[in-house]
Amino acid sequence: MPGQAREHAAIEHTDRGPLSMDELAAVIGHDIPPGSYVNLGIGQPTKIADYLPADEDGTQAVILHTENGMLGMGPTATGDQVDPDLTNAGKVPVTELPGAAYFHHADSFAMMRGGHLDVCVLGAYQVAANGDLANWHTGKPDDIPAVGGAMDLATGAKDVYVMMTLFTKKGEPKLVQQCTYPLTGLACVSRVYTDYAVFDIQPDGVHVLATYGITLAELRDRVNVKLLG
Amino acid sequence: MFQTTDEAVAGIEDGSTVLVGGFGLAGMPFDLIDALIRQGARDLTIVSNNAGNGDVGLAALLKAGQVRKVMCSFPRQADSWVFDGLYRAGKIELEVVPQGNLAERMRAAGAGIGAFFCPTAVGTPLAEGKETREIDGRAYVLEYPIKGDYALIAAHRADTLGNLVYRKTARNFGPVMATAATTTIVQVSEVVPVGALDPEAVVTPSIFVDRIVKVEARSYTVRGAR
Repeated sequence: MPGQAREHAAIEHTDRGPLSMDELAAVIGHDIPPGSYVNLGIGQPTKIADYLPADEDGTQAVILHTENGMLGMGPTATGDQVDPDLTNAGKVPVTELPGAAYFHHADSFAMMRGGHLDVCVLGAYQVAANGDLANWHTGKPDDIPAVGGAMDLATGAKDVYVMMTLFTKKGEPKLVQQCTYPLTGLACVSRVYTDYAVFDIQPDGVHVLATYGITLAELRDRVNVKLLG
Repeated sequence: MFQTTDEAVAGIEDGSTVLVGGFGLAGMPFDLIDALIRQGARDLTIVSNNAGNGDVGLAALLKAGQVRKVMCSFPRQADSWVFDGLYRAGKIELEVVPQGNLAERMRAAGAGIGAFFCPTAVGTPLAEGKETREIDGRAYVLEYPIKGDYALIAAHRADTLGNLVYRKTARNFGPVMATAATTTIVQVSEVVPVGALDPEAVVTPSIFVDRIVKVEARSYTVRGAR
């Protein structure tokens, strides 16, 4: 089950480099429990749709929610499939799978806020050691703030996974003791999936589940957060 | 039933709060907005998920200088240049509302709810200055309804009474906005006689609908994809 503490120590993958975003998407997809209702955020998390668990007969084993009013969202539409009345939250034309359902916005967000949605995967500027999330606004004076459904998802989904690079382009860690960017939600993140490591956020602290292209010791050196094994 | 969109939007006063349906371009009531531009009401407060895409629909209304304030969840997009320019020039006011709160605040207005406690945005800048309360160990923010003087929405099909069905994700805010405005104005692609809609499939019952106008499908809405 997502969010539960793992007892084994971190698996160090040092015979390879950090994960590419596609590899990271595959790792996350693998960890999403079959049977879940899942919302994939705009941007990188959308890639996870290509790596979702499947039943034995090959049908997708999770049901995708898109906040603009649909369960059972299928892959991106191409060619004649494109229908301007059928888009995902990123306004990209998509398709519907058998068993799909449409609903209005208040119902769509009741699915989050009411605790019905099992997992959402969001991008982030920063995640704090206690699970605080910052992903909607840089806080810069010339930045136009745009929150969309991020705060509702962060607060409402049973499990909030973050998908991000571990370091900024300047090399600063994005897993931090306390967020400096404006917050999206308090203590809401349960898992942090990054190119260099996967972190599980538990009441007793941040556990490292796996590293990629870096040792646990090196990771502890570069991230200014106490990391449990 | 109205014959033209110009008749359908007649009487919208300066300073009105207008709820505008759509998520991006899906469900955007283009023809009603174009009529509102011709009608010329100014100093409007617009409540919508976005603040316009490209140069059409809501973006065109903004460009016409008729909007004083936008309440929305997601103004900044790759194609929101009209809003971006007005905002950076200080010519338009912005209130950012989390998308679920935007929907629920309108739902509350339509359902006669005075206010509600919501967990979204607790501890964030969007909850600053708002009353909070702990209920059963969880923190909530007090949110007030958003009521519209008018709602402009697009639906797929109406009967002549005003019962509505929508199409796919173009439904989005339509059913909620229809309940939350004093006067709800709907553009539809098709009008059918009373009795032709399956009562089990009606999404917006006619009691929430005041004016209906049939419009022709537009090339860019059927070609899609942008």
